[in-house]
Amino acid sequence: MTGLGAIALILILLNVYTDLLDPVRAKLGSVVAPLYWVVDTPQSVLEWGQETFRSRNELQRENQELKAELLIHKRRLQRMAALAAENVRLRHLLNSAETVKDRVLVAELIGVSPDPLTHRVIVNKGREDGVYLGQPLLDAHGLMGQVVEVNEFSSQILLITDATHALPVQINRNGVRAVAEGTGDLYRLKLRHLANTVDVREGDLLVSSGLGQRFPVGYPVAKVTSVVHDPGEPFARVEARPEAQLNRSRHVLLVFSGEGDPVTAPAPTPAVPVKAKAAPAGSGEEP
Amino acid sequence: MIRAHNRFIIWLSFLVALLLMIFPLGRESGWLRPEFVPMLVIYWVLVMPQQSSLLFIWGLGCCQDLLEGVMLGQHAMALMVVAYVCLLSYQRMRNYTLWHQTFFVFVLVGLYQLVDNWVHSLQGHAAQNLIFLMPAFTSALMWPLLWICLERIRISYRVS
Repeated sequence: MTGLGAIALILILLNVYTDLLDPVRAKLGSVVAPLYWVVDTPQSVLEWGQETFRSRNELQRENQELKAELLIHKRRLQRMAALAAENVRLRHLLNSAETVKDRVLVAELIGVSPDPLTHRVIVNKGREDGVYLGQPLLDAHGLMGQVVEVNEFSSQILLITDATHALPVQINRNGVRAVAEGTGDLYRLKLRHLANTVDVREGDLLVSSGLGQRFPVGYPVAKVTSVVHDPGEPFARVEARPEAQLNRSRHVLLVFSGEGDPVTAPAPTPAVPVKAKAAPAGSGEEP
Repeated sequence: MIRAHNRFIIWLSFLVALLLMIFPLGRESGWLRPEFVPMLVIYWVLVMPQQSSLLFIWGLGCCQDLLEGVMLGQHAMALMVVAYVCLLSYQRMRNYTLWHQTFFVFVLVGLYQLVDNWVHSLQGHAAQNLIFLMPAFTSALMWPLLWICLERIRISYRVS
């Protein structure tokens, strides 16, 4: 009894103060994923049912809506290609480093950490698919978190709102750098050590700054919701709401940052490659 | 010496409990999830104290740790505390009425939550207020139902 309790205590302390147990956990962790699959079945059956038994009208309407949305996005993408090329040229003028295209992998959420205090989720991609430790995870709206444990066919993600997580961000409007840390509340991030005089306003978009060398640059992270300047305190109290839908996104993206081909500068005749890049995106109509 | 009979029911009950522990609930409703594993430990220790193996309970705790992705040993230790108190007091607890037992379960699961929260605080995310005792409350509410169901199952399968 006391012996077993003591072993448990030693295990805990080993976990807290060393990383000796990490390989053990990674090995044993692969056993866990099937159980999450089992628990997830009711949900997936429900979703399958909703997908399968839909009326034709509903599908047609959705199809139309999606087509309209696609058109808008395609139009934006055409502008985007030109802007990206221009950006590369300007960067070359400044002799600064090339920006790198990111490769992404679509993954699906299969489980949520049952403990309300830890914000972790499990996705269905693992070492088999090349997922690595510290890999960033996005959804359609913004940055979600990073990989903290990789198993064979699944991996665990720590969300940006977890109380133990912090990431370097910058304000999109003026480039002020800050550190956004999680609070343990799914809808709240805190900006740490931001002086009272710093120019930050409600509604400012925070994007990842890439300074921690972990998250790629420029992905939206959160929107500032409140700024409190208390003269009695050394720093301003700034809170933000994550852009990513941390509790409802089911399909997520794992980013392989810096692995793809660098965006090459169309040096001699800039107009041609820009068109070429825009061509697969645009479907013929002029922007 | 009691001959082991239909012990698989115990295994099955714990497997179901583990699955219920990881069943996805919303972030807020997650606080309302009863702690099925310690409740089952309490039940099986109460009804067959001589046959309950502490090593098994310890292993169970480690399984739960792996499953929930928390530190290895966290639930194992909390379950050891629960099993220990339960083994000390099973003779008294058996004589309590169901409602009286409910209070005892509240205390035991509360103890379990306390150890759990202590380990959490080592990692840096401790609960800010007494909300971490919420599962103990819902567990206590669940206890009479769980007791009646498990008694039915145990008697009809003659688990010993």
